[in-house]
Amino acid sequence: MIKRFVASREAILLVAILALLVLVASRCPGFVAPANLANVFNDTAPLIILALGQMVVIVTRCIDLSVAANLALTGMVVAMINTVAPGLPVFVILAVALMLGAALGAVNGLLVWKLDIPPIVVTLGTMTIFRGVIFLISDGKWINAHEMSAHFTAFPRMQLLGLPVLSWIAIAMVVLFFVLITRTALGRAFFAVGGNPHAAVYTGIDVGRTQFFAFVLSGALAGITGYLWVARYAVAYVDIAGGFELEVVAACVIGGVSIAGGIGSVGGALLGALFLGVVKNALPVVNISPFWQLAISGSAIIIAVAMNARASRRKGRVILKQAEHLA
Amino acid sequence: MLVMPENTVVAAADAPIVALDGITKVFPGVKALSEVKLELFPGQVTALVGENGAGKSTVVKVLTGIYQPDGGAIRIDGKAVSLSTAQHASDAGITAIHQETVLFDELSVAENIFIGHAPKSRFGLIDTGAMQREARRLLQSIGAEFDPAVRLRDLGIANKHLVAIARALSIDARVVIMDEPTAALSHKEIAELYDLVEKLKAQGKAILFISHKFDEIFRIADRYTVFRDGQFVGDGLIADVSEDELVQLMVGRAVDHIFPKRDSVPGDTVLQVAGYCHPTEFDEIGFSLRKGEILGFYGLVGAGRSEFMQALFGITRPSRGVAKVDGKVTVIRSPAEAIANGIVYVPEDRGTQGAVTGLPIFQNVTLPSLGQTSRRGFLRIAEEFALAREYTSRLDLRAASLDQNVGNLSGGNQQKVVIAKWLATRPRVIILDEPTKGIDIGSKAAVHAFMSELASQGLSIIMVSSEIPEILGMSDRAIVMREGRMVAELQGDTLTPETLVRHAAGITEG
Repeated sequence: MIKRFVASREAILLVAILALLVLVASRCPGFVAPANLANVFNDTAPLIILALGQMVVIVTRCIDLSVAANLALTGMVVAMINTVAPGLPVFVILAVALMLGAALGAVNGLLVWKLDIPPIVVTLGTMTIFRGVIFLISDGKWINAHEMSAHFTAFPRMQLLGLPVLSWIAIAMVVLFFVLITRTALGRAFFAVGGNPHAAVYTGIDVGRTQFFAFVLSGALAGITGYLWVARYAVAYVDIAGGFELEVVAACVIGGVSIAGGIGSVGGALLGALFLGVVKNALPVVNISPFWQLAISGSAIIIAVAMNARASRRKGRVILKQAEHLA
Repeated sequence: MLVMPENTVVAAADAPIVALDGITKVFPGVKALSEVKLELFPGQVTALVGENGAGKSTVVKVLTGIYQPDGGAIRIDGKAVSLSTAQHASDAGITAIHQETVLFDELSVAENIFIGHAPKSRFGLIDTGAMQREARRLLQSIGAEFDPAVRLRDLGIANKHLVAIARALSIDARVVIMDEPTAALSHKEIAELYDLVEKLKAQGKAILFISHKFDEIFRIADRYTVFRDGQFVGDGLIADVSEDELVQLMVGRAVDHIFPKRDSVPGDTVLQVAGYCHPTEFDEIGFSLRKGEILGFYGLVGAGRSEFMQALFGITRPSRGVAKVDGKVTVIRSPAEAIANGIVYVPEDRGTQGAVTGLPIFQNVTLPSLGQTSRRGFLRIAEEFALAREYTSRLDLRAASLDQNVGNLSGGNQQKVVIAKWLATRPRVIILDEPTKGIDIGSKAAVHAFMSELASQGLSIIMVSSEIPEILGMSDRAIVMREGRMVAELQGDTLTPETLVRHAAGITEG
């Protein structure tokens, strides 16, 4: 177990993150203080949550480009509900966000499942549609902090055992998805569908239905994040989290999720998101221009993909009988 | 109805363009070709005849430079040559037209004809005008009446064949290999293809025609060459041979493989199928299968056997038809429902349809049985390992660990994983599609022994096979399909190589 972990992508990524932290600490020791690391984690929490959903979608050979737009639309809807019914308790808001996000994800899933449209096309379309809907329902206006009720904006920042609720939700999702992926038939089906869709069909797994559920999960996470995002920044408008979907995909790719499907892990998605979060938060501290941040994130993507391609390069067919055990 | 060619040729007058002399090709564990001989004469059609596995495709690949022979000589115009790449073969004037044409759907007809050797203008750019004109001329020379500017995807299969032939002419091919060119064509298109073959003959091309259909062999071929199990067994003029003699040459074999003996006492009827129809693929399929029985399905490639099995398994929907399991009408709308009713399907292409190579062995084995290994919706890894261990050890799977990815196993072991996966669902009926295709003789024997063991344990097996010895050696009964229909059900004395070939090839007279 331990030996295998050391050789895994996750371990390499963990080492890269630690190296980055050591490097930053040598210039600015304050960065690695527990309180600051907790802040970095909290800041990365939305990325972590979305990366989990995206990971599942990518594992089934799909992609969900609509997550950020889903987040923004759900965020706008719950913010508007809050202005209309300020007394509504947070758990109702959370339930609405979860279900609306899941419903938007289901739209993606149904288009992929029933109409057989390529996922990149479907979600590129819904991404634009969701943003357009926000404009329609909000008239392009912002909803600002003073229009939101206090408990609505306070929830993600509530401290619980030393961490904000936002961080706890990310941790809960990581645990939930770990169990889902490793311990349920649906989790196994994601990998079967992405690894070999033809074999999955013969095994009695409905490929389209499985992909549908992946989109629903991704959408549900985007919905929850939509509320958390709007409440945390205390503002909702058309363009929130613009372009964030690419950061989410990047986190997955850096975390070793194969764009070709069938390969990916919760740990990988988590570490990929953390890597991007550390880069984003550390560079300003050590006085490196934010533009470098883009270059570093970009390089990390290419390095990660190159390493994955090397690792999964087809090993020639084993023809010699005695070589079989060595393979 | 036989139509004898009127222009029976006197061979002695011509020397062959291409002659294969004692060609041998060995793959690990299999001798695909053993000192075979094949001669192709200008202006004549030579039919290459043999069962599946006789070495026909291997010889095509040797001729087109894809495989290098391990022994023997290839002579062109009497001179020994080496065809070390596909380009060499093409330069030597040998071209092949495949069953599924290997052309580019999104390019125009002219571009397809001239890809790789397009006429160039003074500046080194492609001279599209000249290309169109030349393409039109080539197409007209073979009687094709479509615009060379249309995209290939807009043409039907028959016209795509014409494009492939025009391409062959554009590189000045002297030898044209046609590998089952009529398999996907309608009757009208086949007639047009025959005309075209006549035109090519008139132009002095040597044609190698590979076909399983006796009527067309006797209609258009001048000569025949018969292979059996990778060996040359005879050749001559079509005019000098009868259908019966050709069938004898094809199947008359020495017993080279001992099939396991079974005392088959099939029990009650497990599965009854009646009136299965599909608008384009099969019609009125009906049979019954008893406990512990092995039912063979024989037919030529494209006879609709796999298509029917996929419908039975719920991957496609039949337009009508009834399946009864244990006498109860069972509606099978999806593979999941088939599996729930105890019917499983081991597909022919195990590489792409069988195993999930990125998952470990145990997860592959338990994939269809996750209901069995989970409690309250959660999988229990220990039980998965136990189930996987039980079935892989029954199959004598050799792997370092059940945690190993299936992609790292050899082909034979991957197949064992796929079979273990299905046995773990405890099926009643198992459909094996070409169970021994592409595996070596040793593994074949192991698969056969295992099949008879399963049958004696009471599992009912439907075996789709294109190999006559396998059908004869393993089946209690055999159904022959041709062109989507059941044409014969053979058993006991009527189950012979000759009857199988006759029914499958559509030879009606006794």
